[in-house]
Amino acid sequence: MQHARTENASTVQSIVERWREEEGPLLPILNGIQQELGYVPRESVPVIAEALNLSRAEVYGVVSFYHDYREKPAGRHVLKVCRAEACQSVGGDAVAERLEQLLGIRFHETSADGAVTLEPVYCLGLCACAPSAMLDGEVIGRIDDEKAVDIARRARA
Amino acid sequence: MCFVNETDYGTPAVRSDKTVTLTIDGQSVTVPEGTSIMRAAREAGIAVPKLCANDMVKAFGSCRLCLVEVEGRGGTPASCTTPVAEGISVNTRSDRLKSIRKGVMELYMSDHPVDCPACAAGNCEMANMAETVGLKQNRYSEDGANHLAPAPEGEHGVNFKELDISNPYFAYDPSKCIVCSLCVRACEEQQGTFALTVEGRGFESRITAGMDEPFLQSECVSCGACVQACPTGALQEKSIIEMGMPDRSAVTTCAYCGVGCSFKAEMKGEEVVRMVPYKDGKANRGHSCVKGRFAYGYATHKDRILNPMVREKITDPWREVSWEEALSHVADAFKRIQREHGQAAIGGITSSRCTNEETYLVQKLVRQGFGNNNVDTCARVCHSPTGYGLKTTFGTSAGTQDFDSVEHADVVLVIGANPTDGHPVFGSRLKKRLREGAKLIVIDPRRIDLVRTPHVEAAYHLPLRPGTNVAVLTALAHVIVAEGLFNEAFIRERCDWEEFQDWASFVLQPENSPEAIEKASGVPADLIRGAARLYATGGNGAIYYGLGVTEHSQGSTTVMAIANLAMATGNIGRPGVGVNPLRGQNNVQGSCDMGSFPHEMPGYRHISEDATRAIYESLWGVKLDNEPGLRIPNMLDAAIEGTFRGIYIQGEDILQSDPNTRHVAAGLEAMECVVVHDLFLNETANYAHVFLPGSTFLEKEGTFTNAERRINRVRKVMEPKNGYADWEVTQMLARALGRDWNYAHPSEIMAEIAATTPSFAGVTYDLLEEKGSVQWPCNEKAPEGTPIMHMGGFVRGKGKFVRTAYVATDEKVGPRFPLLLTTGRILSQYNVGAQTRRTHNVLWHEEDLLEIHPFDAENRGIRDRDWVKLRSRAGETTLRATITERVAPGVVYTTFHHPTTQANVVTTEYSDWATNCPEYKVTAVEVAPSNGPTDWQEDYEEHARRSRRITPLEAAE
Repeated sequence: MQHARTENASTVQSIVERWREEEGPLLPILNGIQQELGYVPRESVPVIAEALNLSRAEVYGVVSFYHDYREKPAGRHVLKVCRAEACQSVGGDAVAERLEQLLGIRFHETSADGAVTLEPVYCLGLCACAPSAMLDGEVIGRIDDEKAVDIARRARA
Repeated sequence: MCFVNETDYGTPAVRSDKTVTLTIDGQSVTVPEGTSIMRAAREAGIAVPKLCANDMVKAFGSCRLCLVEVEGRGGTPASCTTPVAEGISVNTRSDRLKSIRKGVMELYMSDHPVDCPACAAGNCEMANMAETVGLKQNRYSEDGANHLAPAPEGEHGVNFKELDISNPYFAYDPSKCIVCSLCVRACEEQQGTFALTVEGRGFESRITAGMDEPFLQSECVSCGACVQACPTGALQEKSIIEMGMPDRSAVTTCAYCGVGCSFKAEMKGEEVVRMVPYKDGKANRGHSCVKGRFAYGYATHKDRILNPMVREKITDPWREVSWEEALSHVADAFKRIQREHGQAAIGGITSSRCTNEETYLVQKLVRQGFGNNNVDTCARVCHSPTGYGLKTTFGTSAGTQDFDSVEHADVVLVIGANPTDGHPVFGSRLKKRLREGAKLIVIDPRRIDLVRTPHVEAAYHLPLRPGTNVAVLTALAHVIVAEGLFNEAFIRERCDWEEFQDWASFVLQPENSPEAIEKASGVPADLIRGAARLYATGGNGAIYYGLGVTEHSQGSTTVMAIANLAMATGNIGRPGVGVNPLRGQNNVQGSCDMGSFPHEMPGYRHISEDATRAIYESLWGVKLDNEPGLRIPNMLDAAIEGTFRGIYIQGEDILQSDPNTRHVAAGLEAMECVVVHDLFLNETANYAHVFLPGSTFLEKEGTFTNAERRINRVRKVMEPKNGYADWEVTQMLARALGRDWNYAHPSEIMAEIAATTPSFAGVTYDLLEEKGSVQWPCNEKAPEGTPIMHMGGFVRGKGKFVRTAYVATDEKVGPRFPLLLTTGRILSQYNVGAQTRRTHNVLWHEEDLLEIHPFDAENRGIRDRDWVKLRSRAGETTLRATITERVAPGVVYTTFHHPTTQANVVTTEYSDWATNCPEYKVTAVEVAPSNGPTDWQEDYEEHARRSRRITPLEAAE
């Protein structure tokens, strides 16, 4: 644990150093940390604040605003299922329920084996192909039961 | 007594030369260009409903309650964010607006607790607004998503947040919060701390401190701005929760630091419910800090002594006595001492905590009643060099600007001051200006917060070795002269050109070059050069300084070096520039003005001036001595020699605040009658024979004069718990000594001051009532006072350049004492801590800590929080260490807020050559690990414990 923390700290430090002199450095830094570590560790907030001469509150406000900055690492796969109106109107709720059932987890949860994290998303801009979802960044449209099973299989891998 | 209500204009005032005329609800209104429609309406007497706006922070436009219609424009713009325009016609009360507002308010109220106690208490703007917009019922049920209660087990997206009561003074109840973000903006714009934020987004948005931390652990400095801004009671003073709403209030002046903030003391019966910063207060403009806003609990603390006490020997327990007995005891003792040891064998010390009127009376008591000039004040140990230095160079013993001036500064040079801790409200005003783009230069051995704090970063920090101020300032002057950056036109017009040339030739000497000074000061030459260029060429240059300038063996020289810089660059005599001492105590400026020094009568007139003495001799009916009396250190020396035997000390704890504690103790111990007039049995009272209970600023009428020479009113809001205001006690003492004093009210004392002192000639209580406050000089030439001095010319005629040769202090480091100790303050505590230690402020600062650089700590085997022994040539003490890079290697730092630390046991007897101001800021020390208190600390503890025993007054009747 101690080792991991030290490693995180040096990763955070190098990302901060890479961006601190650029214009508008906060989001690039957070993106970098999220990408490298898979989450934005709480301990990194004061480090970023100090480097950019911001308060901890300001950095935390930004981190907490974006759902994509995670508090803890996600599963190996991330499945985002659209829960917005257009998808709802063509059976999105049923698809969502089916995926919960297939994966054995509920929204906002990660499976016990760390394989997959299930999250709601409010519109992927894919309303024409609703109901839609996104697995590890790849968008999937017109989800029916067959596609749902396939998604679940890939997500459990 | 009435309740002071202030108008909230909704958005801040705008400065503009152009005005705009528009029509609002049929009324024609003319306002400066850039003003919001909301403010324009309020100025016309029309209050547009609002929740997320107030006139202390920029408009935000989030609550959607202040919508208006503008003829010819579509939609319903928010009046707070829409500026006025020429000729437009605005409607604030159409049926459409009414129905929109009602709908918006209904949504807010549906997520607000129905049983909110703040609403019930009438302390909730939200409840008022609901009423204003005519909301009677709510169509939305309480079952929908809300922030009012925890979600049931297993539900996701819980938007409920727990009550936070970690701060001792206010509570945060998120269930009442409507996320208008006024608190976040107040923290950012007013206070400049940025401790609050909105976490999450959409329905999940919540206000949070730090990174979702309890307030106490967050970056919050407890200034109270957020509590004041909150429209819902989500952020609320605990005192309001406990005591309910106040029923009366009065405007008064804070009794902590020299900023002199105006507050409304809000009362319920005889109890203070809360202190609320007053927007019309010209020093603070509606802002406050944790001390003035919250730390008033000492006024009713159980430690306060309310009955006079007497004892024969300082080893006896105290005996409570009647006022008559105490006063006649003092009168008898003082008369006997003078009979046996001469007229000069007694003296007095005035207080920088007490009012001008009280201070004036104490010096009058000494000069008229004791018949000598043995009067001094604690300014001796803080800003006496300011008085000397500025009088010599400019002609007045005071700062040149008002605090508003900082809003016009382009380059701010802070030297030997730590405004964010010592003068927090000024610190906030300064930070605001710096965020607007002004540049900052910090000259300080320590990396104070201002050097780098969110959104503020000093352009230059010159981390000089303690004791080298003069060297560095002269080097700055060297660069300015050598590079031709001085303002020749200004110097030729306002100063003596010959004198300037003499000074210029002095600063140009090679030993004053930055490169030469680098060795002594430790400041790299290029930093000195850069800072000098910035100050001289960056526009309006303003210098602010504190005790880090004055409390040195060359304190007066440093003040003159600062004055030289300002004159050479023409930075005097207009807004945005100047030389500004940040005064330590609420009325230290006033106590100096009132003739507290042994050589000066009120208004800084030397005691040797026959004409001045004549004024008082005819008024007081006595002959005044034309020779200066004894200063505090001389009184103590004379006491040890046996020629000085009695002293009346009003509101000052010289044992704790004066240098070389053991010497002070020995001096006091040698006296026959030490009279302490104070709120508490302070450390000096351990050596007293008579204790006269004092009164707090809440219990008396009077005036305080702050660092900008502003005379502010102090108003009585409760009866003195000890029976008498301090001026009454001094008067009773004078009467006991046979003087026929008959002041019925402090305004009569002020009348005497005005009648005898030219710079106060125009000051009356009526004028203060009318203007709120006034800055001296206030007389025929300036009937409304003088915000900025030396406009158009110096008071002394021509500004005087003085050669400022650097002479290293005799306090030198060596093998035995290799480190330099310097001292300072912390935000939550004040001075010797007699007041703040008796409040919840101790939560932020339980004990004095010694700051030491990691390098020095490691060399000595010291770990964080270890007990260490701090030893100097004068003495030793122990305290805990904290390891930090705020101090440079070779420098250690501590505060002096706690009596057990006894930091002044360690400080030396060296003092300013001109004024005897002690050299607190430089002591050569050694630090070593330790396992507990020193013998002195233990002996002292025992003595203090024994000398605080009290035998109560037996009921006589």
